[in-house]
Amino acid sequence: MMQECQVAVVGGGPAGLSAAAEAAEAGAEVVVLDRETRPGGQLIKQTHRFFGSKAQRAGTRGIDIASRLHEEVEGYAGATILSDADVIARYYDGVLGVMHEGEWLKLHPRRLILATGASEKTLALPGSDIPGVYGAGAVQTLMNVHGVRPGRRVLMVGAGNIGLIVAYQLLQADVDVAEIIEALPHIGGYWVHASKIRRMGVPVRTCHTILEISGRDRVTAARVAGIDRGWNPVPGSERWIECDAVCLSVGLSPLADLMWQTGCEMAWVSELGGYIPRRDQCMETTVPGVFVAGDASGIEEASAAMMEGRIAGLSAAHSLGYVSRDAFWRRHGHLASELKTLRAGPTGDIIMRGLARLADAPTRTQQLVEGGGGEC
Amino acid sequence: MCDGLRIDEHPILSFEPGEEVEFSFEGRTVVGQKGEPVAAALHAADVRVLRYSRKLGRPRGFFCAIGNCSECLMEIDGEANVRSCVTPLRAGMQVRLQGEACDQ
Repeated sequence: MMQECQVAVVGGGPAGLSAAAEAAEAGAEVVVLDRETRPGGQLIKQTHRFFGSKAQRAGTRGIDIASRLHEEVEGYAGATILSDADVIARYYDGVLGVMHEGEWLKLHPRRLILATGASEKTLALPGSDIPGVYGAGAVQTLMNVHGVRPGRRVLMVGAGNIGLIVAYQLLQADVDVAEIIEALPHIGGYWVHASKIRRMGVPVRTCHTILEISGRDRVTAARVAGIDRGWNPVPGSERWIECDAVCLSVGLSPLADLMWQTGCEMAWVSELGGYIPRRDQCMETTVPGVFVAGDASGIEEASAAMMEGRIAGLSAAHSLGYVSRDAFWRRHGHLASELKTLRAGPTGDIIMRGLARLADAPTRTQQLVEGGGGEC
Repeated sequence: MCDGLRIDEHPILSFEPGEEVEFSFEGRTVVGQKGEPVAAALHAADVRVLRYSRKLGRPRGFFCAIGNCSECLMEIDGEANVRSCVTPLRAGMQVRLQGEACDQ
């Protein structure tokens, strides 16, 4: 059966829920398609308090932000959240194919907002496929949602915010963290997190890499080494660390499958995690009526995802005739300035550089025509 | 340090013990909690290997735990290639490893 709707949002994380709330506030009818059983995306496993300004919900735990966003969306008569709704396809005529609670649902939205999030990167090294090598997000899911420890002694690879926060959460769950290693010469995450972990007795070692993981049916140890400025292992620095799990916190890639299917112009921007769609200041892609928001449009963090979601939701509603032109630009200006504030600082500089490059970076189609394989 | 893998006490979160159900893994009876992912139930029961890779027969466990990576594909109730990390556990489920181990 074919159903029509005004706005469909794919993904019920921070970006998707914010987009839905904003579009519904403007008066549009919105359907959120979320493949999970409970809305909130990765927020539902984030037990730490957020940073930033009060207006951006700093000081609130991710799990509580998820509940508030969920309630906000549920508060609109025009908004519906479908859980266990996996969007498999977007056809050439704009129809979405959705597996909803085991049934095939076809939905034809007039506007589409893709807020599909990201997937975790892995590392290619001997033994990285042995059971017990997990993404940091997987460890969060297992521990904070399902209440199961990933192991008894974990080596954390990566000292960005996710690596630091998940290491802290492991300690909270009474799991031993052997150490945190980081290939860069500096700690990427907030130092307040790093110093908290160090005070709890976990070493954070920069200029260190992982060379090999041992074990057959499960991880038993990992071989690490110091690296020099040329990223080569320092002779004599190699050692084995005993552990039954290795947690990889080495970055995320935008989940862009639906954008490729949709025919959005995509470009490789390493600063933002991989292939991302070109879009305008309203978060509309090169396919009219198709918007993006959150990690799917480039890896940042949840606060920025929520702002992008609101911009996309507002813009989708405006393009359907909701919200006067003046009210639209007033609200857009407010959201854009909040987003700009979030992007202040050294990490924000990298993101801004990536976004600036997005406009000029060759698209995938251009790369293929020129015979290049891109940077991937 | 912790004894079992189930978290009983946590400074921020509370985990209500779920309804215990029995299911079958490779012919033996395993107890898990109703509604949790099959992969989580197996992990809590100290099972790490969920399948063997097709070419080299190497043991594989889950990686992403949210249905993205397909490392955790298992045979569940006779259906192959089911993502065990996002499949809710029910009583009486028949869960099997996929692929064959290569003796090294």
